[in-house]
Amino acid sequence: MSLTRREFVKWMAASTGVAAVAGCADMGTGSAGRVVVIGGGYGGATCARYIKIWAPDIDVTMVERNSTFVSCPISNLVLGGNTTMDSITMSYQGLKNRGVRVVQDEVVAVDIGARQVRLANGGTLPYDRLVVSPGIDFMLDRIPGLRSADAQMRVPHAWKAGEQTAVLRKQLEAMRDGGVYVFHVPLSPYRCPPGPYERVCQVADYFKRAKPRSKIIVLDSNPDIVSKKGLFLQSWNGVYKGMIDYRPNSELEDVDVRDMTVKLTFDSVKGDVLNVVPPQRAGDIAVKAGLITANQRWCGVDWRSLESTAVKGVHVLGDATVSAPGMPKSGSMANQHGKIAAAAIVALLAGRPVNRHPVIMNACYSFVDGKSAMHVTSVHKFDAAKNTMVAVKGAGSVSKMASVEEGNYAWGWARNIWGDALG
Amino acid sequence: MRPLAIGAGCALLLLWGGTVAHAQDSTYARSLAATCFTCHGTDGRSVGGIPPSLAGQSKQYLLQQMKALRAGQRPATIMHQQAKGYTDEELELIAGYFAGVTPGPAAAAPAARSGY
Repeated sequence: MSLTRREFVKWMAASTGVAAVAGCADMGTGSAGRVVVIGGGYGGATCARYIKIWAPDIDVTMVERNSTFVSCPISNLVLGGNTTMDSITMSYQGLKNRGVRVVQDEVVAVDIGARQVRLANGGTLPYDRLVVSPGIDFMLDRIPGLRSADAQMRVPHAWKAGEQTAVLRKQLEAMRDGGVYVFHVPLSPYRCPPGPYERVCQVADYFKRAKPRSKIIVLDSNPDIVSKKGLFLQSWNGVYKGMIDYRPNSELEDVDVRDMTVKLTFDSVKGDVLNVVPPQRAGDIAVKAGLITANQRWCGVDWRSLESTAVKGVHVLGDATVSAPGMPKSGSMANQHGKIAAAAIVALLAGRPVNRHPVIMNACYSFVDGKSAMHVTSVHKFDAAKNTMVAVKGAGSVSKMASVEEGNYAWGWARNIWGDALG
Repeated sequence: MRPLAIGAGCALLLLWGGTVAHAQDSTYARSLAATCFTCHGTDGRSVGGIPPSLAGQSKQYLLQQMKALRAGQRPATIMHQQAKGYTDEELELIAGYFAGVTPGPAAAAPAARSGY
């Protein structure tokens, strides 16, 4: 990437906080405005990229703690041995080439009054508009046995793609034939509603191929399969018949990592591989920044701009938001949030009104084996009277059945959304 | 070359939207079309061509296809369900947007090696 001298001087000022005075960006530097984006996932990366495409003069700095992007969508296929970690790992070079400053660090505090964020390395970044796209963090206070980092390596969640995905895959590979894989699903709402049931299919596909005497026990906190139930049951009662023991209303009490046991309210379940997905809330930085408005878990937003209902000048994207009715926490959603926020930020920094009629399209594919997938889709529009997004009646639905054709579309979806966020 | 191609697309939009009202229409059309970018690629330039690229297709053709999908007259896996979410006016703006984009190479995400 190439920075002009002027950009470099501005960047130095921004990162040291010496020359930059909050609120003076327009006058002081001649800049079209400064945006800091916290988080380089589906929401944050898309938003940073589109601000640069639609208004190249705006300074955009994205802070991400990881050196690469690892996709949660498709990551279940790694667990099934149907794709590799490399295939879901991408660099931030595309964003850098577009002029986004990508800072590998972690935001530890947001100073709303001074309009700046503080980094773990001690530096500060001033902003005119802040985008917070932190994804989820886990409510580990509810599962004492999983609080330590060591416990989370023994009993992985693999609900944030990356090291956790690789750890769970290795455990499945190391398990004996005839072993038991125990998988716990938290109460809805959680990240990716169909994700748990796709994971069951992927592990079943792997067992069927490599360890046919093995069993899967699904301990679901929910009263029933949360998403695409009929479609998942086609596989569970079809090609995977007899492999999956599904137990609804399985509320988790704790996990005993030493005994490899999941403790439920009235029962304990032992396994060879335990995979416990804890309950979730908006990422830690959203809590620290005072953005939580609902159930001590999620961030309320104005859907026309994704601006926080708690803090002006701050936009919240993706899984961290209070989902409007019928809106899942998904990569598709975060990607669409990113573009609405980018358009709104570009308009606001130029003194123009934001779009009063935002539309959001969601498309989520789930693989039932290495090749076949099915979808759920919906279209949502802003309803001014209800002040929220409302699903368009009669639009959206699910596949009739999983197919190889839709498996190809699912990979097409992945390549295009990755390009739309990072290309 | 990609920034040039996008620049050309923006220039077309600017030519199209001469007044403030039109400029707002063009960003509205862009926002509507952006709901399609998730699956069809940024500005309708699809990585690998699945699902198909929309950039630079004729407005008439795109509008006709989307209306046929919406009416259930064209078989599809997912598009017939999504097309029902858009009004005539919205489909017209979306078709107009993609017709105004120069076809070009898609912006794929750069690959990286996993450390795990």
